[in-house]
Amino acid sequence: MMAHELTTADGVPLRISLERALLRSRIRAALLVVPLMAFLLFAFILPIFDMLYRSVENTIVAQVLPETVIALQDWDETGDALPDEAVFKTAVADIQAAFKAKTLGRLARRLNYEKPGMASLLRKSGRRSLRITEAPWSEQLIKIDRKWGDINIWRLIKRESDHLTESYFLAAVDMRLDDLGAVNWQPENRQIYLQLFWKTVWMSGLITILCLLLGYPVAFLLATLPLRTSNLLMVLVLLPFWTSLLVRTTSWIALLQTEGVLNDLMVVVGLISDDGRLQMIHNKIGTFVAMTHILLPFMILPLYSVMKTIPPSYMRAARSLGATPFTAFVRVYLPNTVSGIGAGSILVFILSIGYYITPALVGGRTGTFISNFIASHVSETLNWGLAAALGVILLALVLALYLLYDRIVGIDNMKLG
Amino acid sequence: MPDAQEALVAFEGVQKTYDGRQLVVRDLNLDIARGEFLTMLGPSGSGKTTCLMMLAGFETPTHGRILLNGTELNRVPPHRRGIGMVFQNYALFPHMTVQENLAFPLEVRGMSRAEIETKVARALDMVRLPEFGGRRPAQLSGGQQQRVAVARALVFEPDLVLMDEPLGALDKNLREEMQYEIKHIHESLGVTVVYVTHDQSEALTMSNRIAVFDDGVIQQLATPDVLYEKPENAFVAQFIGENNRLIARVTEMDGSFCTVELEDGQKVRALSVNVAGAGEITTLSLRPERVVIGPGQDFADNRISGRVEELIYLGDHIRARLTVAGNDSFIVKVANAHDHVRLSQGSEVPLGWASEDCRALDAGVGNAAPA
Amino acid sequence: MRLLFGSSALAMGVVLGAGTALAVDLTVVSWGGAYTASQQKAYHDPYMAANPDVKIINDDSAAEGLAKLRAQVESGNVTWDLVDMVASDAITACDEGLIEEIDPDSMLAAAPDGTPASQDFFAGTLTPGGTNCFIPQIVYSTTFGYRTDAFEGEQPSTIADVFDLEKFPGRRALEKKPIGNLEWALIADGVPGEQVYEVLNTEEGVDRAFAKLDTIKESVVWWTKGAQPPQLLADGEVVIASAYNGRLFSAIAEKNQPIAMLWDWQVFDLDGWVIPKGTPNKDAVLEYLMFATDTQRLADQAKFISYGPARYSSGPLVGNHADLGIDMKPHMPTNEANAKTILNFDYVWWADHRAELDERFNAWLAK
Repeated sequence: MMAHELTTADGVPLRISLERALLRSRIRAALLVVPLMAFLLFAFILPIFDMLYRSVENTIVAQVLPETVIALQDWDETGDALPDEAVFKTAVADIQAAFKAKTLGRLARRLNYEKPGMASLLRKSGRRSLRITEAPWSEQLIKIDRKWGDINIWRLIKRESDHLTESYFLAAVDMRLDDLGAVNWQPENRQIYLQLFWKTVWMSGLITILCLLLGYPVAFLLATLPLRTSNLLMVLVLLPFWTSLLVRTTSWIALLQTEGVLNDLMVVVGLISDDGRLQMIHNKIGTFVAMTHILLPFMILPLYSVMKTIPPSYMRAARSLGATPFTAFVRVYLPNTVSGIGAGSILVFILSIGYYITPALVGGRTGTFISNFIASHVSETLNWGLAAALGVILLALVLALYLLYDRIVGIDNMKLG
Repeated sequence: MPDAQEALVAFEGVQKTYDGRQLVVRDLNLDIARGEFLTMLGPSGSGKTTCLMMLAGFETPTHGRILLNGTELNRVPPHRRGIGMVFQNYALFPHMTVQENLAFPLEVRGMSRAEIETKVARALDMVRLPEFGGRRPAQLSGGQQQRVAVARALVFEPDLVLMDEPLGALDKNLREEMQYEIKHIHESLGVTVVYVTHDQSEALTMSNRIAVFDDGVIQQLATPDVLYEKPENAFVAQFIGENNRLIARVTEMDGSFCTVELEDGQKVRALSVNVAGAGEITTLSLRPERVVIGPGQDFADNRISGRVEELIYLGDHIRARLTVAGNDSFIVKVANAHDHVRLSQGSEVPLGWASEDCRALDAGVGNAAPA
Repeated sequence: MRLLFGSSALAMGVVLGAGTALAVDLTVVSWGGAYTASQQKAYHDPYMAANPDVKIINDDSAAEGLAKLRAQVESGNVTWDLVDMVASDAITACDEGLIEEIDPDSMLAAAPDGTPASQDFFAGTLTPGGTNCFIPQIVYSTTFGYRTDAFEGEQPSTIADVFDLEKFPGRRALEKKPIGNLEWALIADGVPGEQVYEVLNTEEGVDRAFAKLDTIKESVVWWTKGAQPPQLLADGEVVIASAYNGRLFSAIAEKNQPIAMLWDWQVFDLDGWVIPKGTPNKDAVLEYLMFATDTQRLADQAKFISYGPARYSSGPLVGNHADLGIDMKPHMPTNEANAKTILNFDYVWWADHRAELDERFNAWLAK
């Protein structure tokens, strides 16, 4: 194809020589980012995969009751006959072994998520099972607790013997598998997560809008005021960052509570009567106010950094071309800040969707978010599978939103500062 | 070309201060005729841009009136003044295409779609960019953006167009090309242009009249040739074109002339333009091309000597720097003609000029009379 | 990632520990604030004075104790030596195999009169929920406080009064959990205390509890952190609040707030020590526990905070508050006058039903 290739002075083809030179600089560049990549891998990417896995992981049943799980394979769970004597025999042996190995507690907790009462059943059966040494196995086990004669217990064990389970995800969307393994809604008085997801999303959306409405004029002032004044204003904007989150949140409580400063003031002024004090905290209003305040800087800063790059001559040009201040703003200034609006909004929305300390303190009964429940499943109930499933759904929500944003605005247009 | 037409724009006793202590513009009185190309020229901080911004409506005068077509503008907001404006960095809207940029002033005036299309197309033709309507400003070169900015300021057919250092961001060649282009557009449309620049050659090239600003005051308002040849004060003489400055003391007034004594005691005659009287300090202004080296020429009735410090060969002429009467940056241009004088560095040479070409002006800043 | 942080701290501990062969650092996790301070004064300081080679380092992350403990044990990087936990968390941790089992009579000091530890700790407290990994330290109670200036004449004195908005109008503060609230609701509705769990065990019983809670739902502020209810009372935001008795004591006795105790059907709970499985200093920890859970030490802690020691033999030794000088006995939840009606958590029942009722409770709240 090539008649004669260009070579360097020592006869190496020019192309190869160039690649070599480039490779070296590429390797050097790559080495510079290795620490960051390693950090991200261990601190961010691996935990996410760990979370994804935990949301479906279910090895515990097969681990603790290994023989029972195998023996149950031949049992027809759709019929209405209990497993046969052989299954009971292996089950007793498995329970005895698990009791000695102290793994029964974990199994008890796992199965209790699916069926309340399993925890006490298994814990009770652990020590007492040691007494069973010979047939009849089923009769003696059922004597320990009548529940062993309930066919649904055995259906549950068989259903959950797979290494992967969908039950965490089902629980995360208010569904469950019934005794026969069919997907069903949770009883209505236990349905909580779907409405929480929805509440988290719409409240975060409203918080984002509030931040935008309040932050836009501030960012505009920051970008247009003389340097000295705008520096002072910037300090005021950043001030919340220098105060602990808890302090800021509790200050809002002091301000907004019914016996708080704002209500006192309104009573003194005569706006409301002493009996008609307004409930502004420990409900949605509290969450809106405190969250908007806390997240406002995250809206202002990207907006400011974008506005700073818009020359004042744009507005002047628009005015001189005959546009009223309003038209000039809507048609010229606003479109040029879209990248800042997008960046600020997506930042505030994503932060808001994952916030839990503030809603926990000021949200009361109605103003709490899905993250509060994730936190509680992580640290209180230790139901990490459900926490992971809720987390995965939240992550998927954020990613979907991000893609939507990319489709509409274009991620390249995002300016974070 | 300050012809007898009625003034389109009139500044009447306009003053402007930003901080309440210092006047940026002091007592500005200026009439701009319909169809005129008037340049406000001056160093930065001289008040010229402030004047332009007051005219556009982005600054309000602290005192005085500005009239457009006989109507007082002070309370008219910018968007109702109907004045086109070209900004320093073009201020093209980056999120709109060229077409949309041009259509913007027409849309806000509520014109019909068809009308807008015609006018936009015509404006693009005028600036020779008919192919570029669909592009974004960022996809154009600096010169093209400049032309779009001019087209946008003109597309709604204003009576008056303001240009605020519109060519400042362009390189030298492009700048010159654009100077001619703007001048031609001005001539063909007959629109009135108020142009702000700190580049005196730009001002000389394009303007009908130039207002030279310094320290918030118009130092001289005149046509380019008058401004160059007959500066009325030391600032204008120094600011416009190349100038030799000699400090001297007036010894005798003599009708329209005066006799002055240079720092080294030599005496010369000069045209008395702006001197207070005998005994006062004056600045003599003398264009380099009006000085001759060597004896001869009858018109050169002033003769003194100077020492050659430096010679720079520039092809068509030789630029000679001399020390004359204590001024060591006295420039003389020697035409590279058939029989020009051969100079050598360090030599004393005789110089001469006509008294009419040497203008005795005010003392200038920092040249107070010696005690 | 939390799992990874442990190793370097561990390595550092090893390096530091290598200096003097016997010196050992014990990382003790507790609740911080006044509670850790009481442990420092009653247990840590005297122990370190007697054992100069032991250094006790406080870690205040008990609030996330269970989750962090699980992360440490799962990753094999156990850096904690001793963790302070409430009993229900200890049951979970023991079920999960995260903590060591305890043999009380060989590991814990006997009472001064020779009663073995298994007999001297309050009955059943060493084996909550049938587990055996927990060493109780204190009995604390969740009970009620009310503002003394809120009501004219008769003051609230029973659990039924808490639910009676007509007689005692004003907002209440309750913990944002079903535990405790459901039991109180049933008692207020007339169920005898000893039958509470029997009733709760039926669907109708749970419905009945929620129906009773419904009657005050609109007047309840729900708290999540122990510090909140005393503050809500002090601010006048609520007139009656459920709270940990120690928090109320500090608001009443130390901060002189116009608050009084309402001990009716206080809910007893336990707080105590657990030993993380895999701690490298197990021997040192056991040595420390032998000292820190003896009769005198538990009684000493009550000088600094108003929680009742979990040993029968400690009760008579409880003295005066270290700073205020007041007799602490009347402020102990275990004091006879206060403990006329008490409710003991049925940990087993709650282990079975917690997940289900948490969901139902939250769904109920959101309605």
